[in-house]
Amino acid sequence: MATTKPTRKPAATPIKTTEVQSNGNGSVKSDRIGVLKTYKIFINGQFPRTESGRYYSLKLKDGSAVNMCLSSRKDIRNSVVAARNAQEKWAEKTAYNRSQILYRIGEMLETRSAQFIAELVSLGSSAAAAKTEVETAVDRLIYYAGWCDKYNQIFSSVNPVSSSHFNFSSTEPVGVVGMIAPESSALLGLISIIAPAIASGNTVIVLASESKALAAVTLSEVIHSSDVPAGVVNILTGKRSELAAQFSTHMDINAVYVNTNDAALKKQTETDAALNVKRARVEGEQNWLDESTQSPYRIMDYLEVKTTWHPIGI
Amino acid sequence: MGTTLLKYHPAQSPTVDQVGVEERCARFQTRSIKNSSKIGALKLAMSMIDLTTLEGKDSEGKVKQLCYKAMHPHDAMPGVPQVAAVCVYPTMVKVAKTALKGSKINVASVATAFPSGLAPLKVKLDDTKFAVNEGADEIDMVISRGKFLQGDYNFVFDEIAAIKEACGKAHLKVILETGELCTLDNVRKASDIAILAGADFIKTSTGKIQPAATMPVTLVMLEAIRDYYYATGKMIGMKPAGGIANSKLALHYLVMVKETLGAAWLSPDWFRFGASKLANDILMQLAKQETGNYQSLNYFSID
Amino acid sequence: MSKKSVKASKEASSAALDFTSAFVYDPAPESSSHAEIKPQYELFINGKWVKPSSNKYFNTISPSTEKVLSKIAEANEADVDLAVKAARNAYEKVWKNMPGKERAKYIYRIARLIQERAREFAVIESMDGGKPIRESRDVDVPLAAAHFFYYAGWADKLEYAFPGKNPTSLGVAGQIIPWNFPLLMAAWKIAPALATGNTVVLKPAETTSLTALKLAELFQDAGLPPGVVNIVTGAGATGAAIVNHPDIDKIAFTGSTDVGKIIQKAIAGTGKKATLELGGKAANIIFEDAPLDQAVEGIVNGIFFNQGHVCCAGSRLFVQEGVADVVIRKLKDRMESLQVGDPMDKNTDVGAINSSEQLKKINEYLKIGVNEGAEMYQSSCKIPSKGFFCKPTLFLHTSQSHRVVQEEIFGPVLAVQTFRTVDEVIEKANNTPFGLSAGVWTDKGSKIFSLTTKMKAGVVWANTYNKFDPASPFGGYKESGFGREGGLHGLLPYLQLN
Repeated sequence: MATTKPTRKPAATPIKTTEVQSNGNGSVKSDRIGVLKTYKIFINGQFPRTESGRYYSLKLKDGSAVNMCLSSRKDIRNSVVAARNAQEKWAEKTAYNRSQILYRIGEMLETRSAQFIAELVSLGSSAAAAKTEVETAVDRLIYYAGWCDKYNQIFSSVNPVSSSHFNFSSTEPVGVVGMIAPESSALLGLISIIAPAIASGNTVIVLASESKALAAVTLSEVIHSSDVPAGVVNILTGKRSELAAQFSTHMDINAVYVNTNDAALKKQTETDAALNVKRARVEGEQNWLDESTQSPYRIMDYLEVKTTWHPIGI
Repeated sequence: MGTTLLKYHPAQSPTVDQVGVEERCARFQTRSIKNSSKIGALKLAMSMIDLTTLEGKDSEGKVKQLCYKAMHPHDAMPGVPQVAAVCVYPTMVKVAKTALKGSKINVASVATAFPSGLAPLKVKLDDTKFAVNEGADEIDMVISRGKFLQGDYNFVFDEIAAIKEACGKAHLKVILETGELCTLDNVRKASDIAILAGADFIKTSTGKIQPAATMPVTLVMLEAIRDYYYATGKMIGMKPAGGIANSKLALHYLVMVKETLGAAWLSPDWFRFGASKLANDILMQLAKQETGNYQSLNYFSID
Repeated sequence: MSKKSVKASKEASSAALDFTSAFVYDPAPESSSHAEIKPQYELFINGKWVKPSSNKYFNTISPSTEKVLSKIAEANEADVDLAVKAARNAYEKVWKNMPGKERAKYIYRIARLIQERAREFAVIESMDGGKPIRESRDVDVPLAAAHFFYYAGWADKLEYAFPGKNPTSLGVAGQIIPWNFPLLMAAWKIAPALATGNTVVLKPAETTSLTALKLAELFQDAGLPPGVVNIVTGAGATGAAIVNHPDIDKIAFTGSTDVGKIIQKAIAGTGKKATLELGGKAANIIFEDAPLDQAVEGIVNGIFFNQGHVCCAGSRLFVQEGVADVVIRKLKDRMESLQVGDPMDKNTDVGAINSSEQLKKINEYLKIGVNEGAEMYQSSCKIPSKGFFCKPTLFLHTSQSHRVVQEEIFGPVLAVQTFRTVDEVIEKANNTPFGLSAGVWTDKGSKIFSLTTKMKAGVVWANTYNKFDPASPFGGYKESGFGREGGLHGLLPYLQLN
């Protein structure tokens, strides 16, 4: 792990995503020198480099490598500030509006599916698997877009109390959610955890899959161009071994999601969560292509139930 | 065209939450009044009664009988206080005044086209003056509920002020007829108007409309009295009337007075019960306290 | 009547209202002759009374008289293990597979038996815990019965509660309850657990074990199969033995945030589910357009109900400046009519502080508040010389930086602040790590919805306070815990959604 070098090291070989890049770099013979992409992190609607100036090298299927930001605890700190500032306004948007924004992410993803397929292939997927994953990811966004203005009708209740009061329970977003994305899934896993969290008005800080971070950065660009307000989704790249504890111990994170099969990480996450009685959800690897991994109950994981009483009188 | 200067604006009155008022009243009813505090409270309640007969069929004989009962509630039992007043129609004032001569019992007269109040101001003023001239110590007027519900607060205010003037030395009790005011917010507004316009007492009901006095209505009126006291230091009296037929309920009311306005109002000078049947029930309770046996009405005079 | 004069009125203007000099209520003690308390209680395991393996017992005293009421068995790890084994056995062999409609009938029986023995439960609750008999009679016991009645009906209808899911029970629930609502909290815990098909090991708080043990008698009367509910008594160590027992599937805890965090840590990585109902420091907000007299009632119910031993107590009062003087005056007057003293007296509004330890803690906070420069006001009541009592107390002119504003006192102590604007009060109300409850008083409908939406709290009372109902979900945001108890939402913590 290179920790000191402040500048980006160019990939030995350009990435084979050139079909969708205009420079025709790589597969097409040309005298022109290609313009390489710098992969950055996504905080508060902007694309900074990690404040630490560190990077890690992500090896691609063709043997080339790209430099990804090796985010630091300060990047998490900055992301939490952004997420906290954005949360109330995001939650106050109408459910219809949030629904359209999630749908918009789906639209943008669909139009850039070729790029994502190419990236997934470069990350090791077969072309067919990559196509299925991207299509499922788009469909998943549309699925959760549809839930935005419906889940509260499923999870709320009017409660028949034995006194002259109108009493109802409705859900509210828990607030700021820290998420450690599935390691094995570059795009679909990421979408599958972000979408239900933001559908209800939470804002998220996500640590992308360390070994498949490429698609996460591109997803940031999609989110950036989909009317998602700054700070609602923040995506970092880096090492979970270094950053997981920063999520679970941060006192201004309300809920934490960790996808892991590692019992020690599960225990550590749940232990740390007690610092501020964080809601912790730790689950193992999933087959995200399976429709059972999409559910309004995943939205409920990041909801609080609020019960309101008011007298009935004249 | 111009705006009329309001003598009372409804925004002067705080809002009232019905359920909260009912909950508070339920709490008063959980007070357990035992032993000496019960006997003391029963006697106090007795001394606060405006023994009332307000019927078209009232006769001189009936009024005289009532006055005797007022002075001699139950001679068999010593230490029972006399009631505070006898309440009659204006034409019966003189009869009552004569019958009560030598006692400290006041004569109260309803006036102002009781119970509807639907008469011209002049008629109401004449009605009032007649009763006062006949010797009434207290006048129980009714407000114009129709005008109140129309929002013509100036009319209601002016009418009360005019009657107050016509009362001279007689004390004025203003009947809001809360059973026709529909909401506790209206009860509060009408209380404030009556107090600001010069009422000495505010009173819930004529007894001719259901519901008559209720604990929630009375509490809201007591709170209006308390707010006026907070603001001015002036005490206003309170009279729930109608529907308070038994001692247990009367004790609940006294608990309410004590816990809302305190000791100063626990006196016939500041609190009255408009009731006819209450007196005998109090007597039966007092007898029960004394003898330990539950009582029968056969042993108490009905006048 | 003619005595009323201008002179009398002038005298009155300078004088405060007098709530004490007339119509003093004579003592009206509830008889305890109907309540049977045994000299010694064993552990209730597998439907039988079992001696503790330690052979240790501790005294339970009445906080109002300091007299010993009974001796209570202290369960150690071996006893807890026995209880968990009994619960597991009952779960696997009886309860898990019993049709919901049959489970329901047992739970209905329990509800009915509580109703039948309501008076006895109320009396013992007040003797053991110090709360006024009026509250145990009118609130705790009827609500406990209602809670069993409500959840009984769910037992055969669970598939309707969670659309698209097939809910199943978890197994053995370990439940640890506090001393402020001993019977009611037992009902809150046991009723939904049984309705959802789980079996229970419950530990009451060590100062208030009696009604849970009486409840065990009633389980026997109801014919509840042995082991379905086990009651183990003891202090923190007993609770820890439950939390750490490997064969417990779920922990439900109501108590302090400190202990809640210890539990959350202790079960980390074990797969045990948890519901935590923890502390609070609720804002109760009075706007100038509120129904003020009812708001004052709400303030009183908010902080003096159950001596302020209420996690959702409205312990931070925010009054809008324009009405602050009149609200405080009304509040002080209202406090004068609160009867403080013998919990067994039917007229008592504020009873005994639950323990000498808790009284010490409250008194420390009174010192802290005074030292912080807040103005302390207490009602003029006399408190009994024996027993643990605290006068209803206000701290005026406080700010968010005061410890008496930030920390949960769990006593009849209200910290008062004033505010000017809506934004200011929302920010201050939410400026706390807690988030259990909040109160909002205003006559304006749209303002109510704006405020109730913005309060970061699980229960919001608008124009009322401290209302509870079995159908109404209860639970907190942030450090006030997670999971809900009551209502449909109260089923979820005891179910696995498949």
